Amino acid sequence: MNHNTDVIIIGAGPVGLFAVFELGLLNIKCHLIDNLDKIGGQCAELYPDKPIYDIPSRVKISGQELTDDLMTQIKPFEPIFHLGEQAENIKKNEDNTWTISTSSGEKISAKCIVIAAGAGSFVPRKLPIKDIEDYENKSIFYSVKNKNFFKNKKIIIAGGGDSALDWTNELSNISDVTLIHRRKEFRAVPESVSKMLELEKENKIKFILGQITSINGSNGLISEIVCNNGGVEEIVKTNYLLPFFGLKMELGPIANWNLKINNNLIEVDTEKFETSIKSIFAIGDINTYPGKLKLILSGFHEAALMAQKCFSYCYPDKKNVFRYTTSSKDLQKKLGV
Amino acid sequence: MGSIIVLDREGKEHKLNAQSGLTIMEIIRDAGLDIEAACGGCCACATCHVYLDKDSFSLLKSMQDDEESMLDQAFSVNNYSRLSCQIEYEEKLDGIKMTLAPE
Ligand SMILES: Cc1cc2nc3c(=O)[nH]c(=O)nc-3n(C[C@H](O)[C@H](O)[C@H](O)COP(=O)(O)OP(=O)(O)OC[C@H]3O[C@@H](n4cnc5c(N)ncnc54)[C@H](O)[C@@H]3O)c2cc1C
Ligand code: FES
Repeated sequence: MNHNTDVIIIGAGPVGLFAVFELGLLNIKCHLIDNLDKIGGQCAELYPDKPIYDIPSRVKISGQELTDDLMTQIKPFEPIFHLGEQAENIKKNEDNTWTISTSSGEKISAKCIVIAAGAGSFVPRKLPIKDIEDYENKSIFYSVKNKNFFKNKKIIIAGGGDSALDWTNELSNISDVTLIHRRKEFRAVPESVSKMLELEKENKIKFILGQITSINGSNGLISEIVCNNGGVEEIVKTNYLLPFFGLKMELGPIANWNLKINNNLIEVDTEKFETSIKSIFAIGDINTYPGKLKLILSGFHEAALMAQKCFSYCYPDKKNVFRYTTSSKDLQKKLGV
Repeated sequence: MGSIIVLDREGKEHKLNAQSGLTIMEIIRDAGLDIEAACGGCCACATCHVYLDKDSFSLLKSMQDDEESMLDQAFSVNNYSRLSCQIEYEEKLDGIKMTLAPE
């Protein structure tokens, strides 16, 4: 599908969300793209329940609360979210606008791009095994899109968190499941842990204590995996492996966009937070400049300054008048207050 | 000031100055060795994984639950695995020895 908007924000972390607010005050509409299937970036994915103590005037706020409150704050501006999609390619159009295509084939065009990509996209953590890519999507799957694919098959699930246990429990109904984990303690929610242990007792699943050390197979198809438990090796025959070792952040496709990048960070100026390419901005954890601090607070400031410059690209013939939300009737109307 | 000894992934030994109050991850990172420490020491990434020497391991305070849980997302974990951001350097740790886990 094709979309058209003023600004595309890559990354729906706290900084991307607040950018919607600053841009919205200037009548600039946004679409946001995030690889995660939820909103909130690191705050929601890595530490939803941990308290943050250095958001001005919020004495104590959890990662999830911060995300929820930002969503309430930007609601009047009706941002459009494209979740579970990665921004892959960027193309400059003849009229100086940009078109971004996403991993699910959407094309979004806009006058400016704001990269608020944190430390990059959240992607599954891969087993450190040589040529593992050859097996991906044939024998190794990091998510389950269609569970019937695994029906009546012998599969191995590795990991000890919620995804590993949820899928062990779920797929035990239709597949022959073996769970491999390095210890017999699990960080998943207690209900799934007790369900899994019950299934094991009833011999409906198998549990192996250990860690996967290598994979044998050919042409992208696994034949067996080797696991190790304190020096004792065990070989398990299987064709399918579902590793769930959480997510990590990786710069990903943005690295190929010809931006000036230094140590996986995008260089910007500190007046407009514009990158080496005009009308592409970078704010939040992803950018670098002298004195940069990776704080949510700094990202918010960067969003405000970026928005001023974006205005000149989105409304080249208009003059931007600086106003406060406390006193401007116009801004208050936009906020619906 | 004390020191710690770190073997990098090529097997090269580094003696690093260590100051109380810093974490082992911070000492390694600030010395410019290749440790990712993606989350900056919040026990949220497992990319600061190290293997302690047996004797050094026994000097450490035992692991908290969140460190043990986070190790589930690391690979090639062994009995002497720790997340270096969760170890605070103190004088009694002078001279401890460790190896950076593979990436
Ligand atoms: C455990 C922990 C505790 C912290 N505590 C504090 C604290 O107390 N105070 C503080 O100020 N900061 C803290 N931080 C840091 C803070 O979370 C970050 O500074 C903040 O999240 C940065 O926000 P962001 O919006 O720039 O990026 P992120 O929150 O990293 O969000 C970026 C988003 O962009 C997405 N993305 C990237 N590339 C693409 C792409 N190509 N396509 C689609 N999506 C993409 C990612 O999936 C991600 O969701 C903490 C961090 C951690 C891990
Ligand atoms: S630096 Fe992330 S867990 Fe230690």
